Amino acid sequence: MHAGIIFLLVIIGSVLFHIFTPWYWTDIASNWGGMDDTITLTFWVGGGVFVAVCLFMIYCVFRYSHKEDRRAEYKPEDKKLEKILTWATTLGVAALLAPGLIIWNQYVNVPKNAIEVDVMAWQWGWQYRLPGADGKLGTTQVRNIADNNPFGINPDDPFGRDDIMVESDVINLENNRPVKILLRSVDVLHNWYVPQFRAKMDAVPGTVTFYWFEPNKVGEYEVLCAEYCGVGHYAMRGGVEVQDKADYEVWLSEQETFEQLSARYEKLNVDGNKLAKK
Amino acid sequence: MSDEYDNNKSYQTQSSEVMDGSTGSVNPDIDYVRPAEVGEQDLYHGHSFIEKWVFCQDAKVIGVQYFLTAVFTGIVGLILSWLMRLQLGFPELAGFMTAEHYYQFVTMHGMIMVVYFLTALFLGGFGNYLIPLMVGARDMVFPYVNMLSFWMFFVAVAVLMASFFVPGGPTGAGWTLYPPQTILEGTPGSGMGILLMLISLSLFVIGFTMGGLNYMITILQARTRGMTLMRMPLTVWGIFTATVLAMLAFPALLVSAIMMTLDKVLQTSFFMPTILKAGEVLEYGGGSPILFQHLFWFFGHPEVYIVALPAFGIVSDLISVHARKNIFGYRMMVWAIVGIGGLSFFVWAHHMYVSGMNPWFGFFFATTTLIIAVPTAMKVYNWILTLWRGNIRINTVMLWCLGFIVTFVNGGITGIFLGNVSVDVPLSDTYFVIAHFHMVMGIAPLMVIMGAVYHWFPLVAGKMLHEGLGKWHFWITFLGAYSIYFPMHYLGFIGVPRRYFEMYDSPYMTSAVGMNEFISIAAFIVGAAQFILVFNIIKTLKTGKKAEQNPWKANSLEWYTSTVPPEHGNFGERLPVVHRWPYDFSVPGAKDDFIPQTTAPSEVIHTEVEKT
Repeated sequence: MHAGIIFLLVIIGSVLFHIFTPWYWTDIASNWGGMDDTITLTFWVGGGVFVAVCLFMIYCVFRYSHKEDRRAEYKPEDKKLEKILTWATTLGVAALLAPGLIIWNQYVNVPKNAIEVDVMAWQWGWQYRLPGADGKLGTTQVRNIADNNPFGINPDDPFGRDDIMVESDVINLENNRPVKILLRSVDVLHNWYVPQFRAKMDAVPGTVTFYWFEPNKVGEYEVLCAEYCGVGHYAMRGGVEVQDKADYEVWLSEQETFEQLSARYEKLNVDGNKLAKK
Repeated sequence: MSDEYDNNKSYQTQSSEVMDGSTGSVNPDIDYVRPAEVGEQDLYHGHSFIEKWVFCQDAKVIGVQYFLTAVFTGIVGLILSWLMRLQLGFPELAGFMTAEHYYQFVTMHGMIMVVYFLTALFLGGFGNYLIPLMVGARDMVFPYVNMLSFWMFFVAVAVLMASFFVPGGPTGAGWTLYPPQTILEGTPGSGMGILLMLISLSLFVIGFTMGGLNYMITILQARTRGMTLMRMPLTVWGIFTATVLAMLAFPALLVSAIMMTLDKVLQTSFFMPTILKAGEVLEYGGGSPILFQHLFWFFGHPEVYIVALPAFGIVSDLISVHARKNIFGYRMMVWAIVGIGGLSFFVWAHHMYVSGMNPWFGFFFATTTLIIAVPTAMKVYNWILTLWRGNIRINTVMLWCLGFIVTFVNGGITGIFLGNVSVDVPLSDTYFVIAHFHMVMGIAPLMVIMGAVYHWFPLVAGKMLHEGLGKWHFWITFLGAYSIYFPMHYLGFIGVPRRYFEMYDSPYMTSAVGMNEFISIAAFIVGAAQFILVFNIIKTLKTGKKAEQNPWKANSLEWYTSTVPPEHGNFGERLPVVHRWPYDFSVPGAKDDFIPQTTAPSEVIHTEVEKT
């Protein structure tokens, strides 16, 4: 008897906790509201099943607890009941799966007008690159990476010269414009994750992965690494600043291209050599 | 044994004669059971202390050895979890702990609990003890290999524990051991630590294969007369299917461990692409880190069911016995176990939705994953339908079963979140995942283990565990564990990532500080409560009430041994003959509310028992 009451309190407590929890989503700041909606739907259906199963169990505990003079029912199978339950469950599961797959379809199909942002991860930090005026990123190779070429852009690739190098762990994005995040890593797995955008994907050394989202709220956000990457994992933070078009253009014009960066390093070298000669 | 075989032959002729024209109500023919196809072989009985208790070939002793070794690793895992919770809840008290330590504890806790604790406990522990008893065999079919299996496991555990003491400490790569970081500096224990881990895992797989062959072949070939497959207790079905999964899944772990060892020692590049480290290009190139993840989860997902299926089976039996009612929908339960086992090989990449694999895989793996929810849900329905109209003893064993149902349904439902590919995107790698898998494959199977300990202790030790202590143990564990993991899901909703040594002051994480303290306190209490069981066992062994034979009035064969606890050989002179399934409880017309599997139909002729 006591057991049934305690179990009942656990279930009531769970429901109340869910209703009154102060811990819930961060305010969404991207187009992926559909993910939140699917979670909410799953919560209703799944939570309903959880409560129903537990209440039925508790009812049985109250109603059928042991009495010496009583016998349990003897009924090994009930084909009809089992059939109904199977089909009802199948339908319920399908109803949850469908929206999940529809949103996944959007997730893997990047809109054509998305601007590419190249995110490079290493132990333990981030840097960013944007395509230049030609709208294309230059090809890269890990072996090319050097101080004057942090992304390892192939020097012979004409598309690479005007690439915009962001020398910061904060990247600025234009509000309401889809972004295709291209992820690469020079060493181990990482994952560029902003909770408010909901989306994430691992960066894998040796390949380029991607995902996309459309920021829709101006503001500053923290980037977290969401794939364990060694002892500095928890400290591997970065930032995103979502700006209106005008502010974004100003920021963009202040960034250096790959060509400018190379020139600056060359000058540094020349100056350095001169200094050494003197 | 040869004369028994002859007896059977004559029995067979006789029965076919009777069958021809008989319609009589009391008919010896209804008791006919097919004869054994092969005679018995003698067992090797140990002569010295060492042969009886150390290098012992009796599956029951091996089961207890597995159990105790697994429990030892479990206690190590528990202590590691306390240290982690100390850092997460009260970092100011954990000044001695560096990030390196924290990640080493996380890794060792995960690997120990999944492989060395749960897998070894269910298959090595319960499997060894229960399979021969439940199918009516005198021992496993290969007792010597079975003994080697345990000692290989023991060496694996020793190697694993040794890694705590080597320079650099144990590996801190996370239990998933994802390369490249696993074998690169920057991850704690990337020298000796990871090597010992890989060696230990390889030894575990080798040892487990020896045991697994025994479990499978004993169940397939050594069942007693009349024990058809569809009369086996669900415990045996669960362990059997889990063993088949393990035999198919563990090789994937073994090859990935071997390949990673080569990458580490010989600088091969199975999993290693070109890597830039501290400005230097390392001597690797062309390997695929994602290949490792596929291999790992091809093992890792079935591994979840290697733990879950024995738990499903055992809990079905416990519920049935203590509800005094047949398990509802036995055949559905069997096919659900087999179906879940089969499907579990087609869902592995649901651990990899955001791994960077081709995103089109997501459609396939989300669909297969949610399909698996259907047979799993059927099992849940059948458990609660077994309670329905039962005559339920609310004792300690039943409490653990009820706790299992609550935590398993809870964890199963959150699995539907994570399996549904696009819902997984915001939640993966957050505390939601931690809460989910601890609820569904940590706490839920643990509930079953505890229930099974209270249930079978009278058989193993011949004494009854103390009920009052058992109830305290249950309620503290259940309520505590639930209050650890239920709120933890909500940390995941906020977006708090897993495997963070420290949260710093991100706004959505500072709101979690209070909850983290609460969870840590609950974790300390739940962990400490497990020593109630240790105390209960010691006290019971010393002064406990002697158990009568078959104290729960169960039907399955393990309760019908010649002595309690059963001796080597289990069943005395003659093996039992089985006439029915083990779930004939509360049969209308029967004198008692249970009919043992060994009861012949002619002895209960006036009951309305269904043919099984």
